[in-house]
Amino acid sequence: MSDVAERVKKIIVEHLGVEEVKVVEAASFIEDLGADSLDTVELVMAFEEEFGIEIPDEAAEKILTVKDAVDYIKTAIG
Amino acid sequence: MTRRVVVTGLGLVSPLGCGVDINWTRITNSESGIGAIQSFDVSDLPAKIAAQVPVGETSEGKFNADEWVPPKEQRRMDAFIIFALAATAQAVADSGWVPADEEARCRTGVLIGSGIGGLSEIARNALLAESGQVRRISPFFIPAALINLASGHVSIKYGFKGPNHSVVTACATGAHAIGDAARLIMWEDADVMVAGGAEAAVCRLGIAGFSAARALSTKFNATPEKASRPWDKDRDGFVMGEGAGVVVLEELEHAKKRGAKIYAELVGYGMSGDAHHITAPAESGDGAFRCMQAAFRRAAMNPEDIDYVNAHGTSTPLGDEIELATIKRIFGDAVRNISMSSTKSSIGHLLGAAGAAEAIYSILAMQTGLIPPTLNLDNPSEGCDIDLVPHVAKERTVRAVLSNSFGFGGTNASLIFKKFH
Repeated sequence: MSDVAERVKKIIVEHLGVEEVKVVEAASFIEDLGADSLDTVELVMAFEEEFGIEIPDEAAEKILTVKDAVDYIKTAIG
Repeated sequence: MTRRVVVTGLGLVSPLGCGVDINWTRITNSESGIGAIQSFDVSDLPAKIAAQVPVGETSEGKFNADEWVPPKEQRRMDAFIIFALAATAQAVADSGWVPADEEARCRTGVLIGSGIGGLSEIARNALLAESGQVRRISPFFIPAALINLASGHVSIKYGFKGPNHSVVTACATGAHAIGDAARLIMWEDADVMVAGGAEAAVCRLGIAGFSAARALSTKFNATPEKASRPWDKDRDGFVMGEGAGVVVLEELEHAKKRGAKIYAELVGYGMSGDAHHITAPAESGDGAFRCMQAAFRRAAMNPEDIDYVNAHGTSTPLGDEIELATIKRIFGDAVRNISMSSTKSSIGHLLGAAGAAEAIYSILAMQTGLIPPTLNLDNPSEGCDIDLVPHVAKERTVRAVLSNSFGFGGTNASLIFKKFH
């Protein structure tokens, strides 16, 4: 896994209080990792802070899985 | 026929510790929960002391948030809600009440209030908003700070689907919450109510605000345990406290049917407004008088029936003497036979949680026949010449107790609990 993926995974584990093994690429924040809508807003904020990027609401709404997050961030930071 | 309301569970988080037993042991042992504030900078604040909940291991009677609320969930709530959940967990376990079906869950409600709510959260997020960091404001900020979210979290955790309510009456909150919850049971809106108050406003903004209102003690920063001294000549203000008190109230027949342990019956509840001043009590004591009078009327009891009064007694120059003079007026000759103390001398002023914590101490005084003392009452002010239980706890039979709470805005609440036979 890439550095971005590792950092994303760490944030998810911290914020959602889930076991690391459950945070696989295909995992959905809400369906698989027990997040609610407020958790996902906070997750996106944590990603913004960690990677120094701004994720617009329209883009944030499409970030539903671990892979979505990693892909978006990779593109955003170039 | 009026439905009778009894107390079947107690839960307490206070500056003396986490748990009812540790609280009772320490308060009747004349211990103080007041100390120097270590958790934030007080160098520019006039009051540098507070009664803070001791953090540590549960086995030592201290408060460990992780034991009551999973760390992930803690980010969703201000400390006052965590205190409320901890006190509720104790009270519910103590009562043994577990609703067996949907009907029972719908007959169980929650009414927990707070004087101020999530002040620390508000302060922290206000700084972000004012420094151009709006995007960093947490989605959990508002639900973490809202006062009724203590009741909300309790209902979600336990599935209590009855009335979900909250009270906000400053320092009378805890007493109003218990009194109002009892009425919901009397009016058949519920059979069981989880009721009380929670507060966690000991932060820079809270201390600064109450200091500005000239409400806090500032002369005893070097000797914190001496600062809260109700009725003493040297008193100079109250000491901010924090914590939560929660009781389980239950309709009498409901409690009997399941063989619940009954601590006491809540027989009297009175309320009134001073219509006088936003922070100062009316010098005539008129509001307090009518409040106690209403409680006696509701209880169909006379002052002679009361053995112990848990006073509001905050250690402020004005309030203590007005309350005492009013007690003398309402009790008449019977004042010679009562014992009255202020447990705020030990735990400080828990604001919205005060009335609930003090109701619990009052009930325990009745249960154990031991009255918690008024600490630091070295030289009583003129006219403070009744039994104020100075320095050490006092053994005596207690048939019934009166607990007073008065709040900013001129709001008053009195509760009367009676021994249940």
